[in-house]
Amino acid sequence: MIKSEIIATGAGIPKKTVTNFDLEKIVDTSDEWIYTRTGIKERHVVMDETGATLAAEAAKEAIGKAGIDPKEIDMIVVSTCSPDYLTPTVGCMVQKEIGAVNASCMDVSAACAGFIFAVSVADKYIRASAAKTVLVIASEVLSKFTNWEDRTTCVLFGDAAGAVIMRASEDRGIIKEELGSKGEDWEVLGNGKLPTANCFNGMPKFTQDDTSIFMDGREVFKFATTKLKESICNVVESAGLTMDDIKFFVPHQANTRIIEVVAKKLKVDMDKFYMNIERYGNTSSASIPVALKEMDDNGLLNKGDKIILSGFGGGLSWGTILVEW
Amino acid sequence: MEEIFEKIQEIIAEQTGKDESEITLETNVKDDLDADSLDLFQIINDIEDEFDISIEDPNSIVTVKDAVEIVEKSR
Repeated sequence: MIKSEIIATGAGIPKKTVTNFDLEKIVDTSDEWIYTRTGIKERHVVMDETGATLAAEAAKEAIGKAGIDPKEIDMIVVSTCSPDYLTPTVGCMVQKEIGAVNASCMDVSAACAGFIFAVSVADKYIRASAAKTVLVIASEVLSKFTNWEDRTTCVLFGDAAGAVIMRASEDRGIIKEELGSKGEDWEVLGNGKLPTANCFNGMPKFTQDDTSIFMDGREVFKFATTKLKESICNVVESAGLTMDDIKFFVPHQANTRIIEVVAKKLKVDMDKFYMNIERYGNTSSASIPVALKEMDDNGLLNKGDKIILSGFGGGLSWGTILVEW
Repeated sequence: MEEIFEKIQEIIAEQTGKDESEITLETNVKDDLDADSLDLFQIINDIEDEFDISIEDPNSIVTVKDAVEIVEKSR
């Protein structure tokens, strides 16, 4: 049976670093306050980069590592909730940059869970033999949707892109997945509202506040801690495995405290959860592929290792994938 | 009442890493136990799960007594 294997990883990180100490100068906060509640010390924000340029940088690295010709790419799937344009897709903009002329391109939107959804889409095309080589990217520029006067949210987010190349394989790849959504709670978390104003209806025109990230911290915390645990359990159990069989858990890097609660509930040592939020903040759907790229570069991932990737966020949506590396 | 208090005492001790003897009805969860908002969220989650209730407003719980009363009313 055909599986889809992740054969290479890449990342695009903005040059500019913003530390907690930098934020102390902008809003009433402190390094200690931010670090103890989130695990974040610094994040990157775009200067001259955009979501598409970061995505292209991540893609080029992954393509280089995979040693493939961009013309071999059948499809580009980009996860983003902070695209450069509503149209064209970031996927099309990346296609131009990398010369993947034979690819069909689309963006998918599932907020912080988006990378998992994008990988799931790629996996289905590969399994159906409708694509052989797929470039999956998650690229996010949340800094443009951040209200830099709101100390409760502006300390949390960062910009980044991560990419993987997925390819049909007989041996290894994605084993199990679970995707889910609870639209009933869509008002709990979001960004980028687009007003309906036109010259006939007198509806309010958009302001910066409309586009900013909004979040009900308590509800998001509750959702994340319960659903992440539940989703990981479902996927691991449905594969007939136990937590001991999993080499690494790679969660969406939303908040260290959320992951600590989940680790405790799962009775899994925190060391098995790969964390890099300290250096990037919450980069929405980009966080998982950026983490994978670091793990890959550091030799943490070996052939045959079973890895859990799990994202959760606005929608509310969540997704967990079990990969044999 | 006593039974609810003891369970809540246990939940709060577990989350804050404090000794149960430090937690009385009058204890202010944030001020006396160095709990931050995320600790409080988790305490509320655990109380909701334990007693199968829904607590709408996290700010409604300041002292341990507030939590005990909310659970009593909700049952």
